[in-house]
Amino acid sequence: MANGNSNGRPGLKIRVGEALGHVRESEVWSSIFRPGSPFRAGYSDSPRNRSYVIMNNVLYHLHPVKVKRHGVRLSYTLCLGGLSFFLFILLTITGIFLMFYYRPTSPAAFNDVAALSTDIAFGQMTRNLHRWGAHLMVLTVFLHMCRVFYHGAYKPPREFNWVVGVILLLLTLLLSFTGYLLPWDQLAIWAVTVGTNMAAYTPVFGSQVSFALLGDIQVTANTLLRWYVLHVLFLPFIIVVFMAVHFWRVRKDGGISGPL
Amino acid sequence: MTEIPEEILRRSAEARAKATGRDVAEVLAEMRGDDSPSSAKEASIEQPTATAAAPTAPEKPLPTEEIPEIPEEILRRAAEARAEATGQDVEVVLTELRQGAPPSISPPQPATAVASQIPVDPPSSIVPEVAPTASGSAAAAPVEQRPDLATLAEQTGIPAHLLERSYRARAKAEGREEPVPGEVDGPVSAPAVAASGAATGSVSTAAPVAAVPEGVRTQRLLTVVKAGAIQQVKKEPTDKVNTWPHLLAIEFVALMVVTVALFVFSAFVDAPLLEFANFNDQPNPSKAPWYFLGLQELLSYFDPQVAGVLIPGIGLLGLAIIPYIDRNPSVKPSDRKLAIMTFSFFVMASGILTIFGSFFRGPGFNFVFPWVDGIFFDF
Ligand code: HEM
Repeated sequence: MANGNSNGRPGLKIRVGEALGHVRESEVWSSIFRPGSPFRAGYSDSPRNRSYVIMNNVLYHLHPVKVKRHGVRLSYTLCLGGLSFFLFILLTITGIFLMFYYRPTSPAAFNDVAALSTDIAFGQMTRNLHRWGAHLMVLTVFLHMCRVFYHGAYKPPREFNWVVGVILLLLTLLLSFTGYLLPWDQLAIWAVTVGTNMAAYTPVFGSQVSFALLGDIQVTANTLLRWYVLHVLFLPFIIVVFMAVHFWRVRKDGGISGPL
Repeated sequence: MTEIPEEILRRSAEARAKATGRDVAEVLAEMRGDDSPSSAKEASIEQPTATAAAPTAPEKPLPTEEIPEIPEEILRRAAEARAEATGQDVEVVLTELRQGAPPSISPPQPATAVASQIPVDPPSSIVPEVAPTASGSAAAAPVEQRPDLATLAEQTGIPAHLLERSYRARAKAEGREEPVPGEVDGPVSAPAVAASGAATGSVSTAAPVAAVPEGVRTQRLLTVVKAGAIQQVKKEPTDKVNTWPHLLAIEFVALMVVTVALFVFSAFVDAPLLEFANFNDQPNPSKAPWYFLGLQELLSYFDPQVAGVLIPGIGLLGLAIIPYIDRNPSVKPSDRKLAIMTFSFFVMASGILTIFGSFFRGPGFNFVFPWVDGIFFDF
């Protein structure tokens, strides 16, 4: 009686194992995990189940059931597109957390951000993750673009997906830039002032462009509100739409390009 | 008779041999030669593109009650077609069919039989068993008589030129140059007509399935389409692996590595927060976010309209239309030297400009050495 104790009852390990087994066989459990899920009771590693893992999962089914062998080599994509997407999700999650403690009005914005590091559990950590994640995303998107270029992956039939990609790059930069203003500190307002000053040089429409961007003739609380809405609502919405098109086109254009 | 691929012929012969309990080679020979009456009968079932040869009396006549169940909708479709052709009432025909009765148009009346059969032309019909085989096949011979066409057209309502065309096509398929009535089918169909006339309707209706033992399915070859015409294999088969686990595992690792790296970094380096926004106190230097510092650097060299609007505008547009400019289909690096060099030039240029603007620009955006004057840069 290796696992038994002195009472002759099965050991704790066995009992827990059995209990978990019952849970996995329960109706609730199997209603959550669709057939083919590795979490379901009786999953076995078969080609059929390997397909089901992908097909029956809302997230994984972004993937095709099978991919070209060279495509899974880490050195081919360097996972850069995937990581850009992952960072976007991470930024969404941390961003929602930050929104709970942030008011986009003039002194409040700065004070709320400052309070993150003093008053709020994990506030500083979340803010750090959000900020560094954002910078990293700009980097991964840019590097992703470079790797796509060097693989010639923009060539037919993928021309349009490259264009979608350029829009994604622009949206990524805009998301980052609009977020930059939100701490409402010296760094934020002056970086945005410098950045938007450039847009003011647009020929003919310069002052209109500048006004549309700032909601004023210079950076003010109007700008803050405007950029806040762009940052948390409008741009994420747009970028998600374009990402959907982007991923869909990757599939429709025959999966990942190559091999070289 | 059109060319039927050898292996299909063989498969069909095997099935038939199995069904009828005969020798495969014998059946095959029959099918190839297409000369014996019994083969002709079955050829009309299995190879509709072949001569619409007349069936003969079955080897083993079946009692009526052994007619297998014919699905209702097929029966109805057949009945409708026949009713339309003969001008009878659908229900009447249907009842007749149900009872396995011979068509009310009796085989020995060639002209009428033809009329009844043209619309449900046996070669393309999906219901050879249901269609009154006897009269249907008997029709094959009279079709050869050209003069019938006009009458036929009148009776069936099918335009004469269509009948003419179908007649010609069939003649051609059978290898006849000029229609000579009865010439081709003569030896076969003459006895066939007699036989089917002699046979009772029910028997001849059941004839094709007569010899098939229960539980054995014979296949009917409706047509042979050359693969090239409708099936095009565009892609070479590629070497693929399952996404799960091969790709997902890698993605999971990549995701974990980045998450951990980001957490560790965030644990040690805090996001900057300077003093409260003060519009009367512009820091010197004032810098844009790092990804715009290349542009800000350009401002030191060019007019703001050029550096701030023209260059980024053209840059973005140029980036977007790369696929439409680069018409070189190759993805091999060795074939794309110019493209790679051009792109690399721009990437490096923007990288250098960005680094320069970030670290080598101090107060007044003047040139500094970061290791001498310090770093004027915030993330
Ligand atoms: C938010 C930004 C972006 C995200 C989340 C994203 C995501 C992805 C993902 C997941 C893939 C699958 C292959 C891979 O991981 O490399 C992909 C492929 C691709 N991306 Fe992006 N991308 C983004 C931006 C861009 C940009 C800026 C470009 C180019 C200007 C671009 C062009 C392409 C092209 C052409 C492909 C197909 C590559 C191939 O078939 O090998 N994407 N993208």
